Amino acid sequence: MKNITIGQYYPTDSVIHRLDPRVKLFGTMVFLVSLFLTNHYLGYAVITICLAAVLKLSKVPFKMLLKGLRGILILLLFSVVFNIFLVPGRELVHIWFLSITAEGIRRAIFLGIRLVYLVIGTSLMTLTTTPTDLADGLEKALRPLNKLHIPVHDITMMMSIALRFIPILMEETDKIMMAQKARGADFETGGLLKRAKALIPLFVPLFVSAIRRAIDLANAMETRCYQGGEGRTKMHPLCYKKRDKRTYFIYAGYLIAIFGINRILVAFQILPFLFA
Amino acid sequence: MRFIKGRNVIHDFTDTDENEQERVVRAIAGIDLDVKEGDFVAILGHNGSGKSTLARHLNALLKPTSGTLWVDGMNTAEEENKWKIRKGTGMVFQNPDNQIIANVVEEEVAFGPENIGVPTEEIWKRVEHALEAVGMTAYRYHSPNRLSGGQKQRIAIAGIVAMRPKCIVLDEPTAMLDPTGRQEVLQTIRSLNQQEHVTVILITHHMDEVLYADQVFVMDDGKIVMQGTPEAVFSNVEQLKSYGLDVPQVTELAYELEQCGFPIKKGILRIEELEEELTALYQSGFRLHK
Repeated sequence: MKNITIGQYYPTDSVIHRLDPRVKLFGTMVFLVSLFLTNHYLGYAVITICLAAVLKLSKVPFKMLLKGLRGILILLLFSVVFNIFLVPGRELVHIWFLSITAEGIRRAIFLGIRLVYLVIGTSLMTLTTTPTDLADGLEKALRPLNKLHIPVHDITMMMSIALRFIPILMEETDKIMMAQKARGADFETGGLLKRAKALIPLFVPLFVSAIRRAIDLANAMETRCYQGGEGRTKMHPLCYKKRDKRTYFIYAGYLIAIFGINRILVAFQILPFLFA
Repeated sequence: MRFIKGRNVIHDFTDTDENEQERVVRAIAGIDLDVKEGDFVAILGHNGSGKSTLARHLNALLKPTSGTLWVDGMNTAEEENKWKIRKGTGMVFQNPDNQIIANVVEEEVAFGPENIGVPTEEIWKRVEHALEAVGMTAYRYHSPNRLSGGQKQRIAIAGIVAMRPKCIVLDEPTAMLDPTGRQEVLQTIRSLNQQEHVTVILITHHMDEVLYADQVFVMDDGKIVMQGTPEAVFSNVEQLKSYGLDVPQVTELAYELEQCGFPIKKGILRIEELEEELTALYQSGFRLHK
């Protein structure tokens, strides 16, 4: 469970860290859109350069990102291998009943790049933004949804409380596990079904304790006059600074560049030529 | 001025047992309560004596089934007073982990002021002051998860202090702490009472925590059975024991000595006091069996 990079924060001081969380949320979305709209190597080259630049600016060590990639390794391998062998097209190699096609290789490479960059891009956001900032950013960015009667404040409050209780509940799981092991519970041997059954004496006390904690927390919040988002002020209110506005211009430039390259390649019929 | 005034406060819980039978449990059975503003009041009682239920009445988390309770002149049973009462009376609970909401210490302290709509600059001032009052300024940017129990409890207290309440109710704040943590928390509470003149209501079953209180209430079976200064309450060792409560060791020793025939005054709370008594006795040439 220690391999989850999403939701982990890498504390350091960098230009990216100092950006408004809304800017980073929006940037991640722009990045994802560009990733899925691009269909040629030149576009991916541009994206790679931009991603590398952001990574450099963020001062997050590349190793941290690789750790996050480990989680999707199997998914990555599967989808790449399937694409190589199963996409029909011009045949390059034929082994037994499998054939590798030029289109297949291209698709596999693109898919691989997309998946890897997707994880790197989103982890980069969570690594440079504290959970509290992220929740605040979401709350403010999604405020228009309030008009549709979606309780944005409540959802982000739940999110940040969940984040606070993850380490506490993890510790509790460890404790219960040890207590059950001491009484002879066996979590490690047996088939899937047996192991799943062995988890019941772990989950029941864990849920009971989580509910108890929730009641306590609700009491504590009520005594401190929590009444939802209405009329609440902030210790750290979000407001855009010059650098945030500048970043939005950079996004615009980035999107224009990606679309522009796409257009030019299509217009001059270079696209088919590139893959001939 | 009386800050808290209760008249014949009763609270019943309805409990359903295994056979779906409803059972009414009387947690508080007719309490009259008077607390002066600025006082340090301790409420003592063993588990199940109703002291936590009483505490939850003081900031309108629970309403009396019958009888009336006024906090700062406001009736707790009236819905429109609820938030005003909670603003003026903060509460600290037993488990330090379950009352911390934010992921950073300073934001945790700011949670209360944010809820009552304090402007941003004022929040900053209050957070700084509250952290200083509990001696946790150095941990301002830390994650609460890494702190010790006593430190977490001090943060919880700071979170209340930042709301500028007139009164703080602490429901067994030291029950889950080690001795060091207990000392930290108790010192914080005392300095709040003495320097910031906050009314403190400390609920506990540790005898040595009530020594500095102005008034002690002893609860048993939903009633207040003893009331007075610590000296007065602790001079009735037999009665205290009948309610399942212990007395501090030195009080116990003094009591036993007195039972043996030494003319020692009742209600001794501190070791130095007993020492003085005994020295005076020795110098006066007192012998037990002449």
